[in-house]
Amino acid sequence: MSRLQIPKTYKQFIGGKFPRSESGRTYRVTSAEGEFVANAAQSSRKDARDAVTAARSAFAAWSGATSYNRVQVLYRIAEVLEGRRTQFIDEIRTLEGGSAASAAAQVDRAIDLWVWYAGWADKYAQVLGSANPVAGPYFNLSVPEPTGVVAQIAPQGSDSLLGLVAVIAPAIVSGNTVVVIADERAPLPAISFAEVVATSDVPDGVVNILTGSATELGPWLASHADVDALDLTGAGSLDWVALEEAAAETITRVVRPTGDLHGSLQKIAVFTETKTIWHTTSLI
Amino acid sequence: MSFLEYAPAPESRAILNLEDSYGLFIGGELTDGHGEPLESISPADGSRIATFQTADADDVDRAVGAARRAYDTVWSKMPGAERAKYLFRIARIVQERARELAVAESLDNGKPIKETRDFDVPTAAAWFFYYAGWADKLEYAGLTNPRALGVAAQVIPWNFPLMMLAWKIAPALAAGNTVVLKPAQTTPLTALLFAEIVQQADLPAGVVNIIAGAGETGHALIAHGDVDKVAFTGSTAVGRSIARSVAGTKKKLTLELGGKGANIVFDDAPIDQAVEGVVTGIFFNQGQVCCAGSRLLIQESAHDEFVERLQRRMETLRVGDPLDKNTDVGAINSAAQLARIEELTAAGVDEGAVSWAPECDLPDEGFWFRPTLLTGVSTSHRVAREEIFGPVLSVMTFRTPAEAIAKANNTPYGLSAGIWSDKGSRVLSVADKLRAGVVWTNTFNKFDPTSPFGGYRESGYGREGGRPGLTSYLADEKGSAK
Repeated sequence: MSRLQIPKTYKQFIGGKFPRSESGRTYRVTSAEGEFVANAAQSSRKDARDAVTAARSAFAAWSGATSYNRVQVLYRIAEVLEGRRTQFIDEIRTLEGGSAASAAAQVDRAIDLWVWYAGWADKYAQVLGSANPVAGPYFNLSVPEPTGVVAQIAPQGSDSLLGLVAVIAPAIVSGNTVVVIADERAPLPAISFAEVVATSDVPDGVVNILTGSATELGPWLASHADVDALDLTGAGSLDWVALEEAAAETITRVVRPTGDLHGSLQKIAVFTETKTIWHTTSLI
Repeated sequence: MSFLEYAPAPESRAILNLEDSYGLFIGGELTDGHGEPLESISPADGSRIATFQTADADDVDRAVGAARRAYDTVWSKMPGAERAKYLFRIARIVQERARELAVAESLDNGKPIKETRDFDVPTAAAWFFYYAGWADKLEYAGLTNPRALGVAAQVIPWNFPLMMLAWKIAPALAAGNTVVLKPAQTTPLTALLFAEIVQQADLPAGVVNIIAGAGETGHALIAHGDVDKVAFTGSTAVGRSIARSVAGTKKKLTLELGGKGANIVFDDAPIDQAVEGVVTGIFFNQGQVCCAGSRLLIQESAHDEFVERLQRRMETLRVGDPLDKNTDVGAINSAAQLARIEELTAAGVDEGAVSWAPECDLPDEGFWFRPTLLTGVSTSHRVAREEIFGPVLSVMTFRTPAEAIAKANNTPYGLSAGIWSDKGSRVLSVADKLRAGVVWTNTFNKFDPTSPFGGYRESGYGREGGRPGLTSYLADEKGSAK
């Protein structure tokens, strides 16, 4: 008689913990062939607000950590991801279908992209910042600083792991904290990714992952006054114009849908604010 | 006669040769506008300066069309080195006509000639000079494959009319865009004089278009379907509506909005310089500055002495004729702005603040407000939270650096901040923790074309000045809008 498997309960990831939705709701996650796989949490408005609170609480420490520390913490995620490679391949194959090779290719791309971004943590300020030769007795320096709390809609309907990594990594590398709505159809790799984050020295609340309907959750995050930036990279199939309009109320920075998953320094730059400091050099 | 009583020293208006009426500058020439014409007046005495034709929706369409044609047929094809030469030419002509521009600006805006002559106009020229040199060096801007965006719609405020024009037009043209610019309703004069400069520089027709008008002209411009970039400087309220209007389009947007800057004075501050810096921070341009140091945070132990010295200094401020070379504080730009300053200051007193202003005679005509100090302000008062945009300083105290930082950051804005202290490590540490786009340490209200300027949070996004000011007008390698 074969051994009975123990299926995993997939919950949300908020403030370093794995709570069920406060709404008590779940939804059916099915395989590419339409068979039942799991009941995932269907996150609610309240969950989204809890996640923003957690992200805000984590911002000071994460943005204040040394860049060398952030590089190591982020690299550590890649190490743990690598160790769970097979698990991610299985989950992607189950939910997205396709060959083992294509699932493996996605996982490998995701891990390599993560490592690429990790290495930027102690470099982006050098490349994006500047010493400004002003016409006067001032030492004038511009430095990019993280924007704050970034709400993100991960790509929906494909690349469930790669898409998630492609939005989270460029945001947190500079010290932002994020609330991400995972791919609604294939949320399991996102929650497994949350387990990686939870076991990788990332402070609680830096990464928060909601599962469920981006259509339902998007407006709450877009209009939330404590969200500083809205990343609509994966929102191309939603009514994202309404989300951008809602974000205007508190001058929230908006990244429009591109679906582009390549690594780029510009994706780090859009979630930073340039601070320019004038130091007087003439008071001696 | 005390040392404060100077003989009048008015700058002559003879250098001006103004038209009675100005049209819209579209396609390289002045053309008729079909909106409601507006009369620009001198805020110092209410006298009429000139009539300005304004743009209705069809005129806006014509202006954007001219900019698009110039972009497609000339400007996008021109080598960067040639664009650079045009911008250098413009910088030189601004310098050549500096005195005339300064007089016109003081007349139209109400700000002291000392400021327009020594700050607004030289800074405008410097902006063109700086960005001129970028035009043939775009590959060094930090983008993989930098490209111009196309037609830029630019809407600017009335507080630094010519300088704001330069901040907008210079980087846009250097990056290879063409522009349609709308000056503020109350201060169109120097923009139309700039149109003459564009003609003198022989800039190809349609590269720069300037259309006067009120808010509806601005909205028609930024909402125009053939615009690729929107740049706005002004109030946060209007910024919100622009962000909404641009939502869902491919337009790239930069916003430079309001502020409620904290000027933090520690008890070890170099006190003479700090008093000067606080005065500059709030009374420069009558406090009508988005990055004004409008909240003074004084360490409790230094409060009484500092306020006393500040009052003594304020008593020497000379308020009056903007064209007088001795004037420190000029006229408020408009009746509407004066009403807002009066309303908010009265609200401050109602809520418990103590108002103080030096004795000084104000002219009978025009719009005037005394430099004013509000002490005993608490963080919940309207005058501690809302942008007054006038010569009114709200004074609060703190005990520890942590409290100063918390109070400074306790605002939805994040444009500017100042720190006054002789202790280097404290200055660096506090500067690090302030959530503001520009931090001045032991100085205030300094600007330079090489130095990026812009806000955090509800003070807007994007930067003007420096390399970030250039990339605000460029697309990156994927061509994504922002």
